[in-house]
Amino acid sequence: MNAIASAGISGFLNRFEGLKSQLPGDPGLRASAAELFRANGIPGGTSGRRAEAWKYTTLRAIAEASFFEPLTGVDDCAAQLARLRLITDVPRLVFVDGRFRIDLSVMPDVFPVQSFADAPDFGTLSRPDRDNLVALNTMLAEDGVVLEVPSGVDGGTLQIVSLATEGHGRTIAFHPRHSIRLRQGASLRVLEISAGAGTYLHNAVSEIHVGEDAHLIHVRLQDEARSSFHVSTSYVEVGARGTYDGFALNLGAKLARAEIHARMIGAGAMLHLNGAQLLSGSQHADITTVVSHDAPNCSSRQTVKNVLSGRSRGVFQGKIEVARIAQKTDGYQMNQALLLSREAEIDCKPELEIFADDVKCSHGATVGELDRDQIFYLRSRGVPEAEARAILVQAFLTEALDAIGDEGFRAVLETSVAQWWEREVA
Amino acid sequence: MLEIKGLKADVDTKAILKGIDLVVPTGELHAIMGPNGSGKSTLSYVLSGREDYTVTAGTVMYDGQDLLEMEPEARAAAGLFLAFQYPVELPGVNNANFLRTALNAQRRARGEPELDAIQFLKLARAEMKRLAMPDDMLKRNVNVGFSGGEKKRNEVLQMAILRPSLAILDETDSGLDIDALKIVADGVNALRSPTFTAVVITHYQRLLDYIVPDRVHVLAGGRIIRSGGPELALELEANGYAGVVAQAA
Repeated sequence: MNAIASAGISGFLNRFEGLKSQLPGDPGLRASAAELFRANGIPGGTSGRRAEAWKYTTLRAIAEASFFEPLTGVDDCAAQLARLRLITDVPRLVFVDGRFRIDLSVMPDVFPVQSFADAPDFGTLSRPDRDNLVALNTMLAEDGVVLEVPSGVDGGTLQIVSLATEGHGRTIAFHPRHSIRLRQGASLRVLEISAGAGTYLHNAVSEIHVGEDAHLIHVRLQDEARSSFHVSTSYVEVGARGTYDGFALNLGAKLARAEIHARMIGAGAMLHLNGAQLLSGSQHADITTVVSHDAPNCSSRQTVKNVLSGRSRGVFQGKIEVARIAQKTDGYQMNQALLLSREAEIDCKPELEIFADDVKCSHGATVGELDRDQIFYLRSRGVPEAEARAILVQAFLTEALDAIGDEGFRAVLETSVAQWWEREVA
Repeated sequence: MLEIKGLKADVDTKAILKGIDLVVPTGELHAIMGPNGSGKSTLSYVLSGREDYTVTAGTVMYDGQDLLEMEPEARAAAGLFLAFQYPVELPGVNNANFLRTALNAQRRARGEPELDAIQFLKLARAEMKRLAMPDDMLKRNVNVGFSGGEKKRNEVLQMAILRPSLAILDETDSGLDIDALKIVADGVNALRSPTFTAVVITHYQRLLDYIVPDRVHVLAGGRIIRSGGPELALELEANGYAGVVAQAA
């Protein structure tokens, strides 16, 4: 590593050359990921492939920036961590600038947890050949969560926290690699919080296996610094009668993309991919999901709500694939957007690809402003107009948050939504 | 006292109110009756300050204040309450929070102390008991999944809690069965006092069996064409609007 970092793709490749002897895990896998990254680049970058999956979101800003490795640990983050208001009495795995910090963590005692640095596991589901940022992550991943809940065990509740600091005085990038595995009949509730300060890139890849009859509630709160970049790619597989109950709330980052590839591989599996995005200023956030019904009698539910103010732009791309074998599929997808300003914009692309003949699949999208009759009703009762608008936006979001399967997590997200409203709009 | 003088209003450049003159002295309850399309609902919306209506002439004074110059929320804080003909559904808004927010917004505007959650619930439960409403109505979202009768009772509950000094009831009786009608009427009658003024808009005389008005006015073609005592409602019931309209023409 020399002091002069080149930007974008060559910058990342240079850092890989400098670091590769120290990185954990299979060096061959990293080398081939580096080749893929060199060939495919960053979506939206000048040498990047133009891909349909990136029609509405460009990562040119990432391709043109210079990022440094967070080489040293930052000690002074207690105040920043305290501001996150984590749930007390619940185990937490804390990562600072992408590095696992056992000194700040509270380990769960009913199942084993390791760090990726100690037990590198690249998993079996990721597609660095197709997903360029996953190639970047595979090349440079240093740390992450590797956990497994054994068969029949209720793993309880776990918080996974990523905190980015400004302690390095320069723009950093980190590429966490997480693996969550629930064996048959296991259960777990995970609250994942990403936050930080300054300008940085958080490029996470998660691989999640939900075994037969297992149940995972996975709630994500993306509240990154407003000058940061957040991209995450998740691969989920759900076995027979298993449930993946996911919710993502996106509030932060200058540019964010949350991409999920979820596959139901056993009969009777259930998948929830709900979420909400609250954007203001010139934020851009993208939720892209591919839901695959690969077994019969599975059901998927997805409601994504967007509240867009200022000149912000939201993107929702949702694809449901139903394989020939997946008879009696029940798929539902809804995307709703509330535009609070004339300059805000939403791009919505629902897609259904169905090869089975006995399926129930529906999707819908709505885009609108606040309802004038509802505003008048509130005002006629004495509620001032600004407060009436706030109540109606919060009501729109309350309906989205109602989908969260864990009350404690829901309360955390409700607080975040209320704070967002105070900060950004009120 | 509510004083309406020469009030004219358009919707989309179409004249609906063509010169309304009406005085309702403090403490009185007046009924406005009229055929469909006569301008009854327009009058209630103009009084409460809804957009979409353009006042082209006239004045509306309430206790010395010029209502037409005030925002809807300021009219509410000044004591005006409109019971909607079609109460609006507010998905995701809890009925109790809605009522407390409204009450406290009005109290704030009047410089009165706000009620905390416990004080409010005590008040709300007492009013609900009086109106024979189930407790779960407070927990539900505002008007969402309510039957027609429940929506109207919810309007009366709001009125009971907000304690307006001037109430306008826009066809609050429509869609009610006789039991619900009695509950609604009891709710209105309970508020009657020397300081409570009300305008009850209705299509049918039936409601006036339970809420006995001091005066009855007939609105037709955007004008008040006749005024009289409670007996005028009975005459309308017997002869229909056609007869009265023809007489006035």
